[in-house]
Amino acid sequence: MQTGPGRRSSPMTWRWGDRLALAFAWTAGVGLCLIAAAIVIYMGYRGVQYLHPGLLFSRPAVSTSQSTSGGFLDPLLGTALLTLIGILLAVPLAVGSAVWIAEYGRPTWLARAVESSIEIVAGTPDIVIAIFGLAIFQLQLLAPLSFTAEHGGVFGRSFIAAGAMMSLIAMPPLFTATRDGLQAVPAHMREAAFALGKTRIATIRRVLLPSVRSNMATGVTLGVSRIIGDTAIVVLLLGQTLRFDPQGSVPGLNILRGTGASLTSYIYENSPAGEGAAPQKAYAAAFVLILFVLILNLIVERIGRSGSQTSGLTAAGGVV
Amino acid sequence: MLRRLRDPWPDHRAERTLGAVSLLVGAVVVAMVVFVGIQAWPTFQHNGISWLGPGGSLETEIPNMINSSVHPAASVYHLRAWPLVYGTLLTAVTAVVLGLVIAVFSSIFIVELAPARLRRIAIPVIRLLASVPSVIYGLIGILVLVPFVGNDLVTAHDKSSVQNVVELTGEGVLVTVVILTVMITPIMIALICEALVSVPRSWREGAIALGVNPVRAMLAVTVRAARPAIVAAAVLATARALGEAIMISMVSGSRSFAPKPIDGIIFLFEPLRTLASSIVDYHESLSAPALKSTLYAFAFLLLFSAFILSVGGYLIKLPLRKYQVRG
Repeated sequence: MQTGPGRRSSPMTWRWGDRLALAFAWTAGVGLCLIAAAIVIYMGYRGVQYLHPGLLFSRPAVSTSQSTSGGFLDPLLGTALLTLIGILLAVPLAVGSAVWIAEYGRPTWLARAVESSIEIVAGTPDIVIAIFGLAIFQLQLLAPLSFTAEHGGVFGRSFIAAGAMMSLIAMPPLFTATRDGLQAVPAHMREAAFALGKTRIATIRRVLLPSVRSNMATGVTLGVSRIIGDTAIVVLLLGQTLRFDPQGSVPGLNILRGTGASLTSYIYENSPAGEGAAPQKAYAAAFVLILFVLILNLIVERIGRSGSQTSGLTAAGGVV
Repeated sequence: MLRRLRDPWPDHRAERTLGAVSLLVGAVVVAMVVFVGIQAWPTFQHNGISWLGPGGSLETEIPNMINSSVHPAASVYHLRAWPLVYGTLLTAVTAVVLGLVIAVFSSIFIVELAPARLRRIAIPVIRLLASVPSVIYGLIGILVLVPFVGNDLVTAHDKSSVQNVVELTGEGVLVTVVILTVMITPIMIALICEALVSVPRSWREGAIALGVNPVRAMLAVTVRAARPAIVAAAVLATARALGEAIMISMVSGSRSFAPKPIDGIIFLFEPLRTLASSIVDYHESLSAPALKSTLYAFAFLLLFSAFILSVGGYLIKLPLRKYQVRG
């Protein structure tokens, strides 16, 4: 029970306060593990109970009965599409600014300002980011990017709008992971590259970025798990239709401009809090979602194990 | 285009491009403040800062806003949002205080007490707990905890005693705070563990060599040294708790009611609503200009507090750098 070196004393001889602290530490630590286990086991139990393969491949339908309301193919694809847009937008932004901060970073005050603004984005609640996105995409200027009513009212809701805001919540972990990775690269690697006559940018592209690949992978994975778990942005910026609702006639673009659903908004809408009140469907979708989260966690773990870690809890930028 | 990307870049152009990307990121924050601020302005204009205070009744103010025309009269903007501010502070502060105590002791457990095998399980488990989406917490809350509280903990006597004021369904303070605590504790644990690990081991060992038992050494030496990091963790968790919207909208009962501690045990079962969750609750009525401005004012307040907390967290962590302790 104790790992302290030296002569070992039994907790029985300790003061009451310390014994209480010991007991509380064990209760808290084990208790949290039990809560996590309970959540996973309960969701797993409900998932096995309600999830059947048909749900994954059938489209949702509007119905009052849970047996005819279809599956969640559209929300699944919606989540994938949002993740794709979000990550595609977040990677250049986050990696670009991380490289700039770590390798150039002049003038210093500007670098400091950029770093703090990413910290502020990281600390901004997703609901605020969502409502900010609504304000931006409701501008007449950006009307072509989102769902527009017949008489010209701009709703500001579309996959593009939601994906763009998703990139904001995916960016901070990716930025932190890349920047920390770059700062941990030993200076002699840069010096060796410069000595070989490589320019700064060539060094970054050929030497530094390849060496922080695992940090970037961790960052991307953390970003993906942020995106697939986010509900507020989807509810505000993607609307409440359960199916893809294309807008316009250009194939491909019409889906991006249209509204739809993600797994999270599907769960929300089917829970008693939404309109569906179909808890079985919500449980089944939540099971799929938590499976994704588990898999992403395993990936982060796997990448983190190959790299260097401090406590193991904050993998390259961390849980937070 | 791709050819040009593939060719070696001149250094000065690369620096400028990367700098521009970074500036774009900075511009996002400015845009966020400006856009949310512009939309929120009418509410501040008509109410001053006193819309944060008590007084009016949200149950009449908000329907007024929803039913108003496209060009609402100035009186429609009237707002006294104290129940929401109070609900936000109540849930966030309670959850952070509870979570902080749990987090400090769990971190001690993970860093010092847990057998190696248990530690290997505990770390990924805590990380999992931090990454469970809030909608799943909300789902568990609304389908498991709320019915349990509503049917088994709230007695018929409790329900009838306040039936003229508020309906007790199980949604409310207790469930919200419990789930919020579970949601934010892992974040604090991650940061506190990191800080505890980075405090030099020899400090603790010195105390143990003097005959202090490991738990006391941990509390008196290591936790003490990591105090700024612990406060910073609490600050970050507060930011999370203030902004949580979906889960709270699902389990809090969504009534603009300020739970009163003097109600005794019933207090725990009284419904509430927070600033963030009201944005989710009312987002379908955003086309009403007065309500839109009100919701943006809520968002502006959240943005402002996130900013303050971010600055606060930075300032708190400053003394840590002196000891070369990472936080």
